[in-house]
Amino acid sequence: MPDLNRFIKMQLEYNVEGGDFTQAGYASSQIKKSLKQLGVDPAVIKRVVVALYEGEVNIVAHAYRGVIYANIESTGIKLKLEDEGPGIPDIEKAMTKGFSTASSSVREMGFGAGMGLPNISENADYLLIESEVGKGTTLNIEIKF
Amino acid sequence: MIMSLICEGDVILKIFDKMTLKEICNLVEGVVVCGEERLDDTVEYAFASDLMSDVLTIRKDHFLLITGLANIQSIRTAEMSDVPYLLLCRNKEVTPEMRELAEDDNILIIKSKYSLFKCAGLLYSAGLKPVY
Repeated sequence: MPDLNRFIKMQLEYNVEGGDFTQAGYASSQIKKSLKQLGVDPAVIKRVVVALYEGEVNIVAHAYRGVIYANIESTGIKLKLEDEGPGIPDIEKAMTKGFSTASSSVREMGFGAGMGLPNISENADYLLIESEVGKGTTLNIEIKF
Repeated sequence: MIMSLICEGDVILKIFDKMTLKEICNLVEGVVVCGEERLDDTVEYAFASDLMSDVLTIRKDHFLLITGLANIQSIRTAEMSDVPYLLLCRNKEVTPEMRELAEDDNILIIKSKYSLFKCAGLLYSAGLKPVY
């Protein structure tokens, strides 16, 4: 890891539009490029971007709009995915493998099999899901380098 | 790259330990859409699925993704999963946006007229290993 010890902090922010599958993955792609430039271990980058991409797809699939904040430090990355949307009535149920409320258009894109949140959890060192029905959902994800 | 030749009656099977993408392309009678410069790369493992959620659960990287799902998110999934090679079955259309994204990420796309089942069967018989 060549540069990680030399930099202190990098903060990135991306807007995500609900329903726009042409742009889904843009934020994850940009953050992947930044992590690569910083020389983070590729295996860790994969965990970060897979968790992030799953979350980004969730915003596009379920919410009206959202913002992704990435806070990169030499010890790890903190991601906050905040959306305005219908919220999750039962988080425990949403975390169950195979449970999904995705529409057919989401399934046509290759998602909506009820694997997203469990996969985020498996890739993250820390995951906090906060949701309010009728307002939106916020995911806090942390992964150590 | 050929490890052995097994003769079964009139059928001669070539068994590879690692295959070059060029060999894979020939086996499925494929056409290269983009990323020609990676045809001499070798690959040991493959995974076949139309479900990108499933692809995203694979911890391994550097495998061949065989899929019938041709849209921008199949390319994005390959990008996030560090999958550099994509085999699209049943001659699915590659849009200019998909091609552009694949080129940006240095992803090789091969198109085959064969079904996902036939592509997977041919490559498995030739020695390409399953991820699971």
